[in-house]
Amino acid sequence: MTEPDPGQPGMDHLDGNMLAGPLAEVFAVDLTTATGRCASCGRTGPVAGLRVYAHAPGVVARCPACEAVMLRLVRTPTNAWLDLRGAAYLRVPMPAEPLMAPGLAPPVM
Amino acid sequence: MGIVSPGFQGRRRPSGPALPPGQYLTEDFPVLSAGPTPRVPLSDWEFVITTETGAEYRWTWDEMWSLPTETPTVDIHCVTHWSKLNTRWEGVSLDTLLDGIDTAASYALAHSYGGYTTNLPLDDLRGGRAWIVHRYEGTALPPEHGGPARLLVPHLYFWKSAKWVRGIRLGLTDEPGFWETAGYHDYGDPWREQRYQGD
Repeated sequence: MTEPDPGQPGMDHLDGNMLAGPLAEVFAVDLTTATGRCASCGRTGPVAGLRVYAHAPGVVARCPACEAVMLRLVRTPTNAWLDLRGAAYLRVPMPAEPLMAPGLAPPVM
Repeated sequence: MGIVSPGFQGRRRPSGPALPPGQYLTEDFPVLSAGPTPRVPLSDWEFVITTETGAEYRWTWDEMWSLPTETPTVDIHCVTHWSKLNTRWEGVSLDTLLDGIDTAASYALAHSYGGYTTNLPLDDLRGGRAWIVHRYEGTALPPEHGGPARLLVPHLYFWKSAKWVRGIRLGLTDEPGFWETAGYHDYGDPWREQRYQGD
C-alpha cells in the first residue's frame, strides 16, 4: 500500500546517520554505531541504517525491511521524549573491560 | 456529488490576532510525514467508525461521496509553527457520519492507512467542526497531503487532522495517539498554544 520506494535516502527520508546529533544530546555515546533489532520483523542492523523521517513534529526512524517504527525522538523546549518500544534491543559497542578471574576480585576499600 | 453547502468560515477574529501565538504565516503547503506515503486504491478504500461496544459502521469510497458534502474554508495551524489561511476543502461532515450512531463514548482515536493514530474528544468532531475531506482547492487531495481522504479538524493543531484516514474508534477513555505518546498535547488547541504535554 506504499508508493514504490527505491529505498534510497533523500527521496522522502534520511539515513540513520542523521540521528547522531539528536541522540548525542541525550546519550554520551554515538548510538548510530549501535546495532538494533526490529521488534516487529526481527531484522538486526546498525542504527545508521534506519530510515529516518525528520520532516515531522519529531524524528521517526523506521526499519528498512518492514517500515515499522523502531525509534521516535521528540525534543520539547524542556524535555527529550525517546520511544524505543519498536526496538527489541540496542547493542552498543563498549571499550574493552578486563575480565575478572574467580577469586581475584579487587580488594574492598 | 452531494449537496454543497455555503462556505464555512473558520475561526476568524475580526478584531483579534490573525494567528495563534507562536505561529508564522506561510503561503505554501509544507509536507510533514512520519513515514512513507500510503497508496490506497479507491476500490479498496474504506472508512469505518467503531463504537465502544465494537459495533462497526463502514463506508466504501462510493458510499462516502454519495453523502452530502460541505466546502469549508478554514485556517490551519501546524505545531511546527506554520499557519496557512483560507484553505478550501470539500468533504463530509463528521456530524453526518456520526448521525444515528449509538454511543456513550467521550473520546475518539482516528487511525490511518500506514498506522498513524491521533486522539481527540468526540465533541470536537461534532458541531460542524470536523470533516472527512477528499478535495483541496478544487482538485483531488494529493497523496502527500493525505489523499485520497484525510480528517480535517482545523480548530486543533494540524497533527490532529490525520492524513490517509481509515477510521475512528470511539471510546470511554482517552487513548493517546502517535505523537501524543511522544510528548505532544492530548488536546492541542493552537490558540492556547497546547503543543506539548503539560502546556
